[in-house]
Amino acid sequence: MTVRQPARVLGKAAGRLATMGPGFGFLTVFLLVPLALVLSYTVFRRGRFGGVVYEPTGENFTRLADPLYLDVVVGSVKLAAITTLLALLLGYPTAYLIARLPARWKVVALVAVVLPFWTNFLIRTYAWIVLLNSEGPVNSGLKALGLRPVELLYTDGAIVAGLLYAYLPLMILPLYSAVERLDPQLREASANLGARPARTFWSVTLPLSLPGVLTGCVFVFVPSLGNFVIPELLGGGRRIMVGNLIRDQFLKARDWPFGSVLALAVIAVLVLLLFAQAWAARRAGRGA
Amino acid sequence: MTRRVPVVVASACLASALTACGGGAVTDSAPAALDAGADLSRQSLTISIWEGYSPKDLPQRVKATLGFDTKVAIHDTNETIVAKLTAGGDSGIDVAFVSGQYAQALNAQGLLEPIHRELVPNLKNLYPEASQLAYDKGNAYSVPYTWGTTGLCYRSDLVKTPPTSWNDLLNPAPELKKKITMMTTERWLALPALKLLGASVNTTDQATLDKAKAMLLKVKPDLLAYDDTTFGDRLKSGEAVLVEAWDGWCPTAEKNIEFVVPKEGSDLWADTMVILKSSKNKEAAHAFVNYILDPENHGWVPANILYRIPNKAAMDKVDPALLKSYPALAEPPSELLKGESLVDLGEASTAYTRLSTEVSAAQ
Repeated sequence: MTVRQPARVLGKAAGRLATMGPGFGFLTVFLLVPLALVLSYTVFRRGRFGGVVYEPTGENFTRLADPLYLDVVVGSVKLAAITTLLALLLGYPTAYLIARLPARWKVVALVAVVLPFWTNFLIRTYAWIVLLNSEGPVNSGLKALGLRPVELLYTDGAIVAGLLYAYLPLMILPLYSAVERLDPQLREASANLGARPARTFWSVTLPLSLPGVLTGCVFVFVPSLGNFVIPELLGGGRRIMVGNLIRDQFLKARDWPFGSVLALAVIAVLVLLLFAQAWAARRAGRGA
Repeated sequence: MTRRVPVVVASACLASALTACGGGAVTDSAPAALDAGADLSRQSLTISIWEGYSPKDLPQRVKATLGFDTKVAIHDTNETIVAKLTAGGDSGIDVAFVSGQYAQALNAQGLLEPIHRELVPNLKNLYPEASQLAYDKGNAYSVPYTWGTTGLCYRSDLVKTPPTSWNDLLNPAPELKKKITMMTTERWLALPALKLLGASVNTTDQATLDKAKAMLLKVKPDLLAYDDTTFGDRLKSGEAVLVEAWDGWCPTAEKNIEFVVPKEGSDLWADTMVILKSSKNKEAAHAFVNYILDPENHGWVPANILYRIPNKAAMDKVDPALLKSYPALAEPPSELLKGESLVDLGEASTAYTRLSTEVSAAQ
């Protein structure tokens, strides 16, 4: 091993700075600084017209413990979890099949998965309103068949449907890349050793694709938890999620400190989740 | 997209100094010395207004008449524009359209330029009643643009008995359940309950607000949705049959859609034009306000969006055929003034935001 030359070390450092600097700078200015502001707001009183009055108070945190707001946080976690689970159940077989398609069809299938992203998010959500409302095609169809119309829109079910529809591609894509990478010889080996397809799936394919599963779950859970457009449009504003609550604190109630506390609570939940994901992924990696 | 808003708010704040955030009180309260003979073509104007609340070609019209450029910014609620104007520093907005109680609140912060009456001769076109509104008696810092009241908008062909009381909304008949909507904008969320309790829409009594909250929570499961903007469409489609609505937003032009002010009474709201103290184009801003008050220009409002306006000269010119098909437009201002004028409640207004948050958060 040769002795490192100072110029080369310097050059390396400059190279690092040039490649990572812009990204880091951007994140520092537009992520960390606002985040620090949000953090600092949590301990002050609200200004009447938004903003904060710099008098320290712990009231914002005690207010979070109010069952009213805890219920909203718990309810949101529940809806986001149901969405994630359904996305996994729907997304896994889809990703699995896409991964086993001939190369030409793979591209077509993947484009089909991301295609909805090319349409405006609001328009796609409004489409669900048209579909589900009491005078919409679903209920008209039921009535035409002589059946009783059902209440579809402005229910938790409608919110989950909207979230699932919006974020399913975020589940399919990481799953696809995880399954696609698997060496087909492993499956063959498993079959040669006498395992039935189901056993092969449970003991070989699923554990090896676990990192993809976890990534997909995080990708779906995180935006579902923070979404406030879908609960408003498909939930009719009667069921609110924590995203709505936070948005309303800033834009309607002009209570920035309490909004910041709520935002902090969500960030805490998500950080815990990311740690859990990293831990599980490492464990899965070790197991393999 | 919209999910980014809190971050945007926070970073907008970052742009101004940390201490200026939200505080933003302007200490200099003396009115600016304005030059009546200023060359307006050297100024330009940015106004902020609700979508669809002024003619699409307003900038061209203003340019043709007054000779300066106008930019139109859109806000969707009073809260968003107030947040923008109070965020500290110069918002870049010269003239804002806000509801009366918000004009009052902005003025209390020292953010508004007093109206220089000599630059707005068309103020004479307003009804005398228009300067008697409780949020700003004498129109010292705001000029009313539209006014109206809040009531019940309903499908006469789909309700069994026409509603007459706020009770018809808050204790709905079984066949109306899941077919009614209420507004969530804080003061109007509480209004039906407060009026039914016989209280003032400006009450700050916590016991009364608690009673109102209980009523609002009780009706929540029977609502189709909370809706501040699209209730008219819901009525048209038949998805909703009874909604809380502002008079101008109730699509009475449709067959079978009627509007009624409940017998317990309601509010009197006004949307006003205010000139920001931070404006560097105050002469142009006054010329703009004066331009709007011209009967020809102000008359666009009742003729196109069917809102009542406090401009007598303009109302007198409204097509009689229109008044015949929309009797509400023809009501004299005295009828409107039976409603209780909404005023800013100062620190006590946080009780309303709390109520609104708690009602919407309840599962």
